[in-house]
Amino acid sequence: MDHFALWLAAFFTLGIYSFLYKDNPWYKLCEAIFVGISAGYWVVTLFWDNFHGKFWVHKFEDWWLWIGAALGVLMLMRLFPKIGWISRWALAFIVGATSGLWMMNYFSSNIMRQVQDAVLPLFGTGFEASFGAILANIVVAVGTIAGLVYFFFSKEHKGVFGGTARVGILFLMVTFGASFGYTVMGRMSLLIGRIDFLFSDWLGLIR
Amino acid sequence: MPLTCPTASGGSRSIRNLKPLQFIVCALLVVGSLGQVNAQSDSTILFDSAMNALAPVTSLLAADHKYDNGERIDLSWIPSIDDQPVNGKITGYGVYRLTNAGNPALIADLPSGSSTFSDDNVEPGSDYSYYIVARSAYESAVSVRTAPLSPQREWLNLNRGFLFLIAALISAAVIYFVQSAKRGKKLFVRKISGLEAIDDAVGRATEMGRPVLFIPGIHDMDDVQTLAALTILGRVSRTIADYDTKIFMPVARSLVMTAARETIKASYQAAGRPDAYSDDMVSYVTDEQFGYVAAVDGLMVREKPATVFLLGSFFAESLILAETGNSVGAIQIAGTARPAQLPFFIAACDFTLIGEELFAASAYLAGEPRQLGSLKGQDVGKAVAMVVIVVGALAATLGEAWDISFMQNIYHWLSSVFSSN
Repeated sequence: MDHFALWLAAFFTLGIYSFLYKDNPWYKLCEAIFVGISAGYWVVTLFWDNFHGKFWVHKFEDWWLWIGAALGVLMLMRLFPKIGWISRWALAFIVGATSGLWMMNYFSSNIMRQVQDAVLPLFGTGFEASFGAILANIVVAVGTIAGLVYFFFSKEHKGVFGGTARVGILFLMVTFGASFGYTVMGRMSLLIGRIDFLFSDWLGLIR
Repeated sequence: MPLTCPTASGGSRSIRNLKPLQFIVCALLVVGSLGQVNAQSDSTILFDSAMNALAPVTSLLAADHKYDNGERIDLSWIPSIDDQPVNGKITGYGVYRLTNAGNPALIADLPSGSSTFSDDNVEPGSDYSYYIVARSAYESAVSVRTAPLSPQREWLNLNRGFLFLIAALISAAVIYFVQSAKRGKKLFVRKISGLEAIDDAVGRATEMGRPVLFIPGIHDMDDVQTLAALTILGRVSRTIADYDTKIFMPVARSLVMTAARETIKASYQAAGRPDAYSDDMVSYVTDEQFGYVAAVDGLMVREKPATVFLLGSFFAESLILAETGNSVGAIQIAGTARPAQLPFFIAACDFTLIGEELFAASAYLAGEPRQLGSLKGQDVGKAVAMVVIVVGALAATLGEAWDISFMQNIYHWLSSVFSSN
């Protein structure tokens, strides 16, 4: 059985990689099986985790759960075209609750923490900071202000303001470049993982 | 060695010289003196034992955690005097809890040197009492128990007072600008190049007779990026309805499918072409991240869309999708607030909405007073943040480098204000 599973995994791995050459029937088969199985898996998982695990098991312990259940029933009204509009209430609730819940989180992390970390003594206490630390402090303070200027939408990017915005986008691009390299290395490790599977577990060429 | 009996003068005489009565008295004195010796010896042993016994922790305090949902009790204590960094006897502490005066239960094992613990497995309405057991390799010492304490649920978190004030300030600015826009005041929003390209991109698809592909990320409706993507979808689908172009939109979440269908349907109705709308424009694929990617990639190479929109919350699939879109020659407009994925979009797409530009897009495209007012209000927040950073950094630098107390006070006050999150 393990042997069969190994060959199956290799078959699908190579099938997905065959897309690198071009779209082909092997890839289409793998794609269809992948999508079908994963969709079925998620239906079962969501049913048991959410409906059964979170609602059905605790339905008499916490009456708040019935509000969620009622909203779920409203969503199902889409199955009946004449009263399908009722499902918008549930959607409106989700969108409104999401906005409200995330507002303070974003406010806290994107404004308060950012400002807190950017307000710092550039030269350290009593000029004791090293050259590297001073440079890092200046980069943080200048980069934050210039970045904020770039994302300021009420003023045209012209003159000094435009120049500062260009400094801001420069900071952003340097950050993205560093992030790009870091993430590519992570992806390479994923590729190495699959290559290792093919050559080690499947073919046994690498011991 | 002859046997002797102690005398009252402090000397001694041989028992052979004693009369019977004197012998009895002598025997009593000897036994008594032996008792004194034993008593002294016992007390010495007890004293030594007391000196060597493990000392328990002291000053154990249990306090309800402030401004929480009644789900945490904070414990603090002074560690045992035997808890020393060098040659200390304490190996660790056991935290015991009694719930509603029931049996004690060990809830935590802490290393030596510990002096605080937060019990975050409590409920409002129950009484909790605690004691600490200090342990060495051979023995243990139990502290006194705390008085029963019931955690309380607080409605307001006053630690976040400044957060509330700043949020209120920005909200007031938003309301002011929304009202101004409603009164007809023209609000300026700078050009966002990625959004300017939307009409051209849809027009290109129309001219080429190929469809538009819209990918709203892989997160659900509880992600604001998905909400922003659907807002932009409203504008895109309106243009598509006007141009009579084909759109298809594979999604990874069922709720997103429902919301997207509603959005496109409303756009087609607004364009006066409700009959051209079809539910097939939006299709659910799978919740599985890479299953979704496999399906969308296949769709791209088979349908060859002229325009691809990648707007929303993306993870590792961002580059795979963007690269495939690039390989089929589509013009691509992307946008996300995930910093780790932006580099890939910038590298592989024609236009990229960076972070907040994605959120600003809806206001920019719609030009609707409420959204424009909201955008302007947020700009007020950014202006405040910039001023605070400049003033704060100056105050911190002058105060800390040149030791100017006035500047230090400003710096510390600002730090305290913005740390209340």
